[in-house]
Amino acid sequence: MEIAVVDYKGGNVQSVLFALERLGVQATLTADHDVLRRADKVLFPGEGEAASAMRELRAQGLHELLPTLTQPFLGICLGMQLLGRHTEEGGGTDMLGILPFDVVRFTAAGPEHKIPHMGWNNLQQLRSPLFEGLQAADFVYFVHSYYAPVGDYTIAEAEYPAPFSAAVQHENFYAVQFHTEKSGPVGTRILENFLKL
Amino acid sequence: MLTKRIIPCLDIKDGRTVKGVQFEGLRDAGDPVALAARYAREGADELVFLDITATNQKRATLIALVRDVARELDIPFTVGGGIGSIADVEALLMNGADKVSINSAGLARPELINELAARFGSQCIVVAADARYNAADGWQVYTRAGTNNTGRNAVDWCREAADRGAGEILLTSMSNDGTKDGFALDITGAVSRAVTIPVIASGGAGSKQDFTNVFQQAQADAGLAASIFHFGEIGIRELKEHLRQDGIPMRL
Repeated sequence: MEIAVVDYKGGNVQSVLFALERLGVQATLTADHDVLRRADKVLFPGEGEAASAMRELRAQGLHELLPTLTQPFLGICLGMQLLGRHTEEGGGTDMLGILPFDVVRFTAAGPEHKIPHMGWNNLQQLRSPLFEGLQAADFVYFVHSYYAPVGDYTIAEAEYPAPFSAAVQHENFYAVQFHTEKSGPVGTRILENFLKL
Repeated sequence: MLTKRIIPCLDIKDGRTVKGVQFEGLRDAGDPVALAARYAREGADELVFLDITATNQKRATLIALVRDVARELDIPFTVGGGIGSIADVEALLMNGADKVSINSAGLARPELINELAARFGSQCIVVAADARYNAADGWQVYTRAGTNNTGRNAVDWCREAADRGAGEILLTSMSNDGTKDGFALDITGAVSRAVTIPVIASGGAGSKQDFTNVFQQAQADAGLAASIFHFGEIGIRELKEHLRQDGIPMRL
């Protein structure tokens, strides 16, 4: 199985590569359009700031390639947000538009709801083969200040304090807001489930 | 519901854990990778590695260690100790660290925090503040492993760090560190109320009740400790079960 991880200088890809390695999978970190098109699975991790990520994607023509991919695709963290239409981050940034959501910033709701939303939160309303074998109370690790609201595309929710999209899907495009590569055995199971799609 | 976090801290010198670790079942108690894996299995929510090496070999050894830890560990970890430049941070993140903690360099040149946040994102920039209390000046921030009083008020500095783009504050009370008399609730609470980013409380943990207090009375988002975990005085699972019984959200 050929696994490609999209290389667009989007933060900590090493953790994702190591997580795949622990599952016995050797992945290729690449921005090469042919390699990405050919791969059996594509992972799209990301951290940092949306506007600079979009600049880098455009510079490499990935903003045109990624929406055309047809194999199972997994966005992680910023890699999920970038699949949306637009984000408030960076004074407003247009994104890939693969999924019909607009990303907004959390509003501070007192000392119990700091920003970023950082730490372990439980998943709810699981509705995807991605979460096979998980329970609704299972915890995963989040670090983010912006979020995608709940919509028809939502396949898992979390609350902070209101519900938001912890995971989304449209056709072959799956994405998780949390760091599945850093979410202990629960995160490992989600990665395994993705590799089986 | 977002849980409070329990974070063991490992002091690293020349690639080995120091400060003494007494664990049964670890063939080599000084091996940070084995210790990290053990803490992760027992339910630690994150780990912090604090490098206290003072030699020229420092970076290479630390980076090799970070890579070894990242390869094994499926929970987030932060690396701190002598980080002073964008290049330092880049090397650590490229090798699998999830966050870096900035201390003296941030106080020496606060713009570094802005630069790091802009380059790597706030989510991976932890600002560590070592604070000590004296009756005349209140809580002041110290640098260079606690030897240099900056004269900065701890709450003011933490607020500035947050404004400059820090994603999290690691607040250590030097006045409480090593006492096992509990966390410094007053300064932890004051910082937690002054900033809208998460605050990790550190220094003084001696009992399970100390953690309950820092979460309930000082609104800390995470509690960090070293020796009570290393010496097996309090097991992580046992601590988290106790906290959950006290009504504190915990991942178990």
